[in-house]
Amino acid sequence: MTSHPDPLPASTADALLDARNVAKSFGAVRALTDASLTVRRGEVVALMGANGAGKSTFVKILTGAIRPDAGRVTIRGAEARVGSPAEARRSGLVPVYQEPSLIPDLDVSDNLRLGDTDAEAFRHWAAELGHPELRLDAMIRDLPLATLRIIDLARALASTPDVLLLDELTAALPTDLVERVLRVARAQADDGRGVIYISHRFAEIAELCDRATVLRDGRSVGDVEITEGVEDRVVEMMLGTRIDLGKRAAETARPRPEGRPRLRVQNLAAAPKLTDASFELHPGEVLGVVALEGQGQDELFEVLAGFRKPAGGTIEIDGAPARFRHPADAIAAGLSFVPGNRAEALFRERSVRENIAMPFSARARTWGPLRLRHEKTRVAEAVERLQIDTRAQGEVQRLSGGNQQKVTIGRWLAHGVKTLLLFDPTRGIDVRTKRQIYPLVRELAEQGAAILYFTSELGEVPLACDRAVVIFNGRVVDLVEATEATEERLMRAAYGLGTAEGAA
Amino acid sequence: MSDIHPQAETETRALVRLGRFLKDNPVIPLIGLLFLLIGALELMRPGIISPFWAGNTIKFAIPLAMLAACQVLTMLTGGIDLSAGIVATCAAFVAATLTPLIGPVPAMLTAMVVGAIVGLVNGFGVGIARVHPLIMTLGTGLIATGCLQVYQRYVIATGTDIPDILEWLGTGRTAGLPNGLFLFVPFAVFILWLMRYTGFGRLLFALGSNEKAAKLSGVRSWQVLMALYVLSGLIAALTGLLYLGMIRAPSLSLANPLMLPSVAAAVIGGTSIFGGRGSFAGAIVGALILRVIETMLTLARMPEGARIALFGLIILAVTALYVRFTEQR
Repeated sequence: MTSHPDPLPASTADALLDARNVAKSFGAVRALTDASLTVRRGEVVALMGANGAGKSTFVKILTGAIRPDAGRVTIRGAEARVGSPAEARRSGLVPVYQEPSLIPDLDVSDNLRLGDTDAEAFRHWAAELGHPELRLDAMIRDLPLATLRIIDLARALASTPDVLLLDELTAALPTDLVERVLRVARAQADDGRGVIYISHRFAEIAELCDRATVLRDGRSVGDVEITEGVEDRVVEMMLGTRIDLGKRAAETARPRPEGRPRLRVQNLAAAPKLTDASFELHPGEVLGVVALEGQGQDELFEVLAGFRKPAGGTIEIDGAPARFRHPADAIAAGLSFVPGNRAEALFRERSVRENIAMPFSARARTWGPLRLRHEKTRVAEAVERLQIDTRAQGEVQRLSGGNQQKVTIGRWLAHGVKTLLLFDPTRGIDVRTKRQIYPLVRELAEQGAAILYFTSELGEVPLACDRAVVIFNGRVVDLVEATEATEERLMRAAYGLGTAEGAA
Repeated sequence: MSDIHPQAETETRALVRLGRFLKDNPVIPLIGLLFLLIGALELMRPGIISPFWAGNTIKFAIPLAMLAACQVLTMLTGGIDLSAGIVATCAAFVAATLTPLIGPVPAMLTAMVVGAIVGLVNGFGVGIARVHPLIMTLGTGLIATGCLQVYQRYVIATGTDIPDILEWLGTGRTAGLPNGLFLFVPFAVFILWLMRYTGFGRLLFALGSNEKAAKLSGVRSWQVLMALYVLSGLIAALTGLLYLGMIRAPSLSLANPLMLPSVAAAVIGGTSIFGGRGSFAGAIVGALILRVIETMLTLARMPEGARIALFGLIILAVTALYVRFTEQR
């Protein structure tokens, strides 16, 4: 089923950029094993890959931010080993990232001067990109994000790069600006230059790109021409064959729960990325959340956990409208949050017991003597249920990553779970622990808890969830039953490709 | 050949275990250091160690240890209380000047209120306005100094008096031991209990360890910080009262010289200025160590300047050694 990469054309003499067999490891983790990418004159090439495929490492190597362990990168045919971002720029590769690389405390002209950018050329490109009125004495920090991206792009264009690298530039950009960016990128290629385009959006790729190079698990697995209906092939390439995470939990469809939902979210919006999320979460249900990186899922969870104020929309808990000013309010309403980054949830130098028991002391009226016996039994129950290895329980930082993750979940088990917000709870932990977490999630749901489960591993959805909502570009765009939640189906939805109507 | 390896491993493992034990119980090596210093003192001047000397050392270590409690508690959250010394001075001065006017008990209560007010301002600044504790307490300390000087002009004619109970606590001895222990022992037990067996104590560690995680657990940190700085102000005021009874001469800078040594005592005692780790028992031993070092320097008959400089050097050396020793795994 895996289509092997069509061999690249033998003559790469006209290649502007040619990266071959690039490999890079970080300690024991092999981020890239064999990645290749060629950009020829007049071409726009999309670089694609699922989360963790090694895309960002590859970009860092191309731009000279890190050195590869093996392989070579040539620019304009010259064997130029890119050693630093400045060198990459000089040799003709200029990147523009999602996060603008501008200094907030300087004005526009100072930022231009830092990179020796010609102000006239910059003005020309700014006008081309729909900002003819841009003042050069405006402070960077006073400008909106969309404008900053345009400034960053105009600056890159002003340096007349041979290869322009656009990394997720259009995420959360207004549609008219996206159009202009695409037009300018196309014009670059038509002038005989090259463009590398990184995006999660198939629609843009179909409109702009000539070819797509697909990365999976650190290697280039395909190089395809962009034609009608190529999306399916690309999705297939990105998925490949995955390691088995365990038995499928959802062989039969579970009936959709009836009655009043525990949590009802309507038209929820939160700056900067979440624009319109609506869904219902019932007691006894595990609702998955599937989204590519940065589609608004972080904002969704932070709003529900009380860390962030919504910009619009409503949250209802058991039918009553709720507004959280502080995580304490969310906890009082029964919403407990396990964040994706364990470091944010743990007291590193404190004991397992203290970490788990912390919510018991959180409110001012529980500041008095600790209820040691009560606490001990509750913590012991949680430890037992999660099978936390407590040999090194004196300090949580001495535990393994998987056990640390269990502690963050155990905290809420001990406290009592009504609604659990799990944000990628299996990120970076071993398969064995993962397999312990899925049944636990199911068991909690069977006991009446409502669980919202974001995962960056699509294969987890049928294992742990009853159904999943898909967020794309800040909106909930789909609801997929676990029985139908094949990785392909989810991946298509996560890339904003329609279901029934085929390629959008 | 093959049996050498496991043995070496057991040895290192034993060392690691010792390291961990000491890290989990940092007071033990500290007590060892204290006795080492006392031994050195005896070598320098044979016969100096006596019950009287011990009583005296303890007596002067008490206010230092109490003020160090302010530092330990605030440092647990990653803060510090630089206003503690001045608050102690203010409380002592207020108590001494008000006693002839309104009687000893109301005077002492007023002194405590002064401490609570400064603490409330500190708590507001640190917990709600989110000013860095170093700047906030430095600021309130200076404000309190200024207010004290203004206050002094109003009470300059009334004269001063020291409540009998304070004099008894400060100068009296029972069975050779200073009476200050009647105040200090319950105080120390309270602080140790607070840190270890109450929800409030646990939250102090939590805020210093990871404030975001505390927030995630539902802790409203401003409440904790507010209560903490008020408590610190009260402790400082209490220390001032005891110190007044000890010195028996109120002045505008009475307890100020205790301020920086109180920070040193806390740090020597194993409290991390970055928060999340600390022990009051350690700070008590730290205060004793500082007093012993002071005696040594006095005995060495050095000029004042050299003595102070050497004191600073020793504090740095002890802290560096101690931290290196206990941080090692």
